[in-house]
Amino acid sequence: MNLIRLLKTIFLVEFIVGLYMAIKELFRKSKTINYPFEKGPISPRMRGEHALRRYPNGEERCIACKLCEAVCPAQAITIESSERPDGSRKTTRYDIDMLKCIYCGLCQESCPVDAIVQGPNFEFATETREELYYNKEKLLQNGDRWESVLAKNIKMDKPYR
Amino acid sequence: MIEYLQILGQEIYKIIFLLVPILVSVAMIVWLDRRVWGLVQKRRGPNVVGPFGLFQTLADALKYIFKEIIIPASANKVVFILAPIVTMTLALVAWAVIPMSENLVLANINVGILYLFAVSSLGVYGIIMGGWASNSKYPFLGAIRSAAQMVSYEVSIGIIIINVLLCVGSLNLNEIVIAQKELWYVIPLFPMFVIFFISALAETNRPPFDLPEAEAELVAGYQTEYSGMMYAMFWLGEYANILLMCAMGSILFLGGWLPVMDVYPLNAIPAPFWMILKILFLFFLFALIKAIVPRYRYDQLMRLGWKIFLPFSLIYLVLTASFLFYFDKLPKVNV
Repeated sequence: MNLIRLLKTIFLVEFIVGLYMAIKELFRKSKTINYPFEKGPISPRMRGEHALRRYPNGEERCIACKLCEAVCPAQAITIESSERPDGSRKTTRYDIDMLKCIYCGLCQESCPVDAIVQGPNFEFATETREELYYNKEKLLQNGDRWESVLAKNIKMDKPYR
Repeated sequence: MIEYLQILGQEIYKIIFLLVPILVSVAMIVWLDRRVWGLVQKRRGPNVVGPFGLFQTLADALKYIFKEIIIPASANKVVFILAPIVTMTLALVAWAVIPMSENLVLANINVGILYLFAVSSLGVYGIIMGGWASNSKYPFLGAIRSAAQMVSYEVSIGIIIINVLLCVGSLNLNEIVIAQKELWYVIPLFPMFVIFFISALAETNRPPFDLPEAEAELVAGYQTEYSGMMYAMFWLGEYANILLMCAMGSILFLGGWLPVMDVYPLNAIPAPFWMILKILFLFFLFALIKAIVPRYRYDQLMRLGWKIFLPFSLIYLVLTASFLFYFDKLPKVNV
């Protein structure tokens, strides 16, 4: 150990510098935000809670092609479909197990009609596991609730796809 | 008999007036600790409950009260329950001799500093009892570490106290304060103040010496098996101890309840205010240090205590004694 280092150790130089730094930082603005009251910016690509979208006339977008079901790496999606009286193929069941889901966004990528999307909502914690087994009704409800944001996000992300 | 009861009643009333402010200030100090810690690390710290989050600790306490107390099946029940009680009682009992002003002291006893030192040394019993009675590995290791650490640093604290006592010539805490009227001991005994402060950190298991509760290796040390109010009592005792160490530091080195300078606008401010200010200042340093230092390794801790602090404070003791003797400044002791 050389002399300078020894003297530095004895006179707690590093420690005093640290203390000075701490006091300086104490009066600076904090980097964190008041989370439940203010929220950080969210990217249009945010992969949050799922939603099933509708066309502006109220018709479901989903055509039950089952691409999302096939691509889902966690196999969290279950789809059953049948033909409707007007001849179009629609889902009778569209379940997502939100506990299995890994929020990879592949379902959204694979969807040819932009029906299943992942919205900006990440605050969907529940008190029981059962509430996180989403069915078609819940997903459509989400779609109706977030439609304006979802449409905007898709439009903003369009040039990069 | 009636006279006896009367005295008892008076004392209890005094004790309540001492304990309630201490418990409230412990709650506030926990908030301050967390807040300073957060702000230094550029977080916000508790700021939701009450103004600036001041009532956070009360909310926490409420939570602890309503939580279940779990006693492990293999624990020694009596000792297990006794441990937090011992910790908290010992931390509070020591406050009896701390003078907040010349008259504002519960027991102005002549061996004040000795009593303080004795009681704060006993504090380790609560931790050992808690760690041993849990009958579990982590608490046991934590308790052993804690015991070794507290005993080691108590030695150097003892010698630092002797340094001060040499200059004062009395064990009475009020007289120690009055002896500093001319010059606070922090100036002539500055190295001792620094060592006292660092030893106090070790004594109260604060970072960087928080080995007994090193969460990365020992879960929560001796507190691992505790829950609910019993955990809260350990926690209260710990912070009361930290406050006590701050009070001890301000009495020994920072002139206790004396104003900074004996000039008009400053000495018009009541004495307890100065005492509280000095305690808060020391605690603020405690909180800052918690935010900036990494934890010591166990062998480094022991090396610092035994190989550096102890010899250094002994040498300084000899220096102080020779200085006082040579310049004939030894205090006059009236036996």
